[in-house]
Parts: sequence; C-alpha cells; structure tokens
Amino acid sequence: MAEHIVHAPFPGVFYRRPDPESPPFVNESDTVASGSVVGLIEVMKMFQEIRSEADGTVTEFLVENEAAVDAGQPLMRLT
Amino acid sequence: MLRVHRPGLMTTVQDAGRVGAYHLGMPPSGAMDRFSFSVANLLVGNTDAHAALECTYLGPEIEFTEPAHIAVTGADMPLKINGEPVDGWTCHAVSPGEVVSFDFLKAGARAYLAVSGGIDVPPVLGSRSTYTLTGTGGLDGRALREGDELKTGAAATSAAAGASVPEELRTVHPSQVELRVVVGLASYRLVPESLAAFFTTDWRVTPDANRVGYRYRGGAIEFVDRTPPAGAGSDPANVVDIGYPVGSIQVPGGSEPIALLHDAVTAGGYATIATIISADLGRAGQSRTNDVTRFVEVTLEEALTARHELAARLTRVHEALGAG
Repeated sequence: MAEHIVHAPFPGVFYRRPDPESPPFVNESDTVASGSVVGLIEVMKMFQEIRSEADGTVTEFLVENEAAVDAGQPLMRLT
Repeated sequence: MLRVHRPGLMTTVQDAGRVGAYHLGMPPSGAMDRFSFSVANLLVGNTDAHAALECTYLGPEIEFTEPAHIAVTGADMPLKINGEPVDGWTCHAVSPGEVVSFDFLKAGARAYLAVSGGIDVPPVLGSRSTYTLTGTGGLDGRALREGDELKTGAAATSAAAGASVPEELRTVHPSQVELRVVVGLASYRLVPESLAAFFTTDWRVTPDANRVGYRYRGGAIEFVDRTPPAGAGSDPANVVDIGYPVGSIQVPGGSEPIALLHDAVTAGGYATIATIISADLGRAGQSRTNDVTRFVEVTLEEALTARHELAARLTRVHEALGAG
C-alpha cells in the first residue's frame, strides 16, 4: 500500500490524546480509516482535530506529543 | 457570489476597521495586517472601504459563481485557481465555476483575499469587519463556515489581470520578528532591570495568539512592591483601570506578556508596560505560534516616522500599479 503522510495543516502544539487522562487517539501499528481523528493541534486558543486523509496503518510518529509544529510539518507516517 | 466549500481555520470578513467607537468599548477589529489588506484591495480596483477575507493559518476553498478579479497578499500561503498555482500579490481574473484554494502556509500568519467589488455584508457602526467575540459585523458576526455564500459589491472597472506588486514592495515574514514599542503607560510598575530584560528576551508566541491578543513566553517580569491604591486589584500587575491602547502589552501574573490587538478589550486594570507602534501591528499579526519576537524600544517621534514610512510605501504601491 502506498505511503501516506499526515501533515500539520497549520502551526500550533500537537497532542496525541484528547485529554491527559485518555489514551492516545492512535498508536503505532494501529489501523486508521480516512477521516478518523489522529491528533489535536492547539492554536488560537482552540483545539482542532487532525484527521487522516487516507486509510492505512500507523508506522511511525514523526513528532513527539506536545511538540511545537509548523504548518505543513509531517506528523505521522501511514502505509 | 462566493460559495465556501471549505472555510479554512479562521477566515473572517475584515475591512479597515470599526474606528470611532473605542470609547464605547468597541475595539476596531479590521485587518490585522493593514498594509497587505490595502494592497490586496488596490490590486483588484477596490479601496480601503471594501471588505476582504482575512485567512488565518489555513486558507479556505471558495467557488466563484460570477466573473471577478481576485488578489492574495500578506502571508505566504500559495494561491491556486482550479488547482493551478498562481502568483500572490498579483491580480487574477476568475471565471464562473472556478475554485480558489490555498496550499499550506509557508510564512506569515494571515493572507488577504480581496475580490473586486469587495465582500458585501451589512456594515455595523460603519464597518463590515467581523468582531467574533460579540458577533458583530462580518457574516453573522462569525468566521466563515462550509456552505456559506458571500455576495460582492459593484466592481470598479480599473482591475487589470496580471497587475503585480513589485517584489521590493511586498512584505516578507521571517520567523524571528522585531516589534517596535513605545514604553508606557504604566511601565513605572516594573523594576528597572526587569524592563531592561524585557527588551533582551526572546519571547515565543504561544498557541494563545489570535485577533484578540498574542500571549508570549520566555522570561519573567518583576513588579515594584507596593500597597495597591484604592481601586486597584491585589495582583502586582494591577493598576486602577486605564484605557488600553491597541497594541499595548500587559503582563498579568508577571510571566507571560500579552499584546492586545484589534479585537481586544478596550480598558481594564492591568499595567500596560509598552505599546506596539501602529506601523508594526501588521508585523505582529503576521507572526505566528512558535515564532520568536524581540521588542525594541523607540520614541514616539520614531513611531510617527515609521507610520509615515509605511504610508509612503503604500503610496509607492499605488504608483507602481498605476492607481495614482
């Protein structure tokens, strides 16, 4: 299957969990469907859901939880 | 008509601002980067009286149902017409059915999409600018949503597809910015060393940065010990209520400076330690979360000179575009 990269559509802080007590949206080797939430980015005092634009399996996270990310930065790799 | 297929992250109708009601507690709103806004309008034959779309961080996808001229300025957010990349800071003709969209943001924070005739929403207190906190102006007082439809006003005949702003008159957006400030109104509340350190600190823009204000992190501010005067709160950063100039910087709690911008509260009880000069408000509005900012002290005279220089730059754009 073709590789797909999920990018940060805008700058902010990347979160892998909906809140500190909850499990991550997705982990490595999880299967994700196109349109499913894979993380949050906090910017302008808002938390925005980041969705995968492809079906696939998460092979690698390319940024840490709570990392500062820039627009267009790769967040995770799917195959 | 403009049909909003995708709204982007925070796309609002903005014009030159709702000026004249500050004493009533109404902030000016309007384009955060006034220079880029004015240039976008100029490129499509509009004036500052016309409203444009301010597109923050992530651009919208918009279908045009009628012929129009468009231009995008401000942030480096590459423009596409029907998926084909086209130049920014340039006037383009779009045909009915064509879709305007954007690539990922490369630099800056806010792109301005001007449309010939301007975005036609009902003016409130003389302005079409959106002030989302109170739902004033713009399209129903809010950011655009999927499925919205926007009307445009009567277009001037002066727009010329292909007209382009010379490179040297376009703004660039480095990720480290210097913002010039005039010290005051309540800088006397700071210990002198702390005020000095304010100007040598790399302040990073936090995710709490929007049209209301920008919050920065990177250092600490120390206030002079005192017994609060009658009417002032107990936080060392409190003063008896004062009017807040647009661009003024306050430090509630002493650790995170907040620059109050176009949609901010107009008065309150925090010491404002400095005010970003009007000529640099656009640069502030083009800085983004995670960018580094240095504040540089200038005199009021230097601030006025900078304002005149910016106005002269806009005049040069007028001349370069043959708009007089």
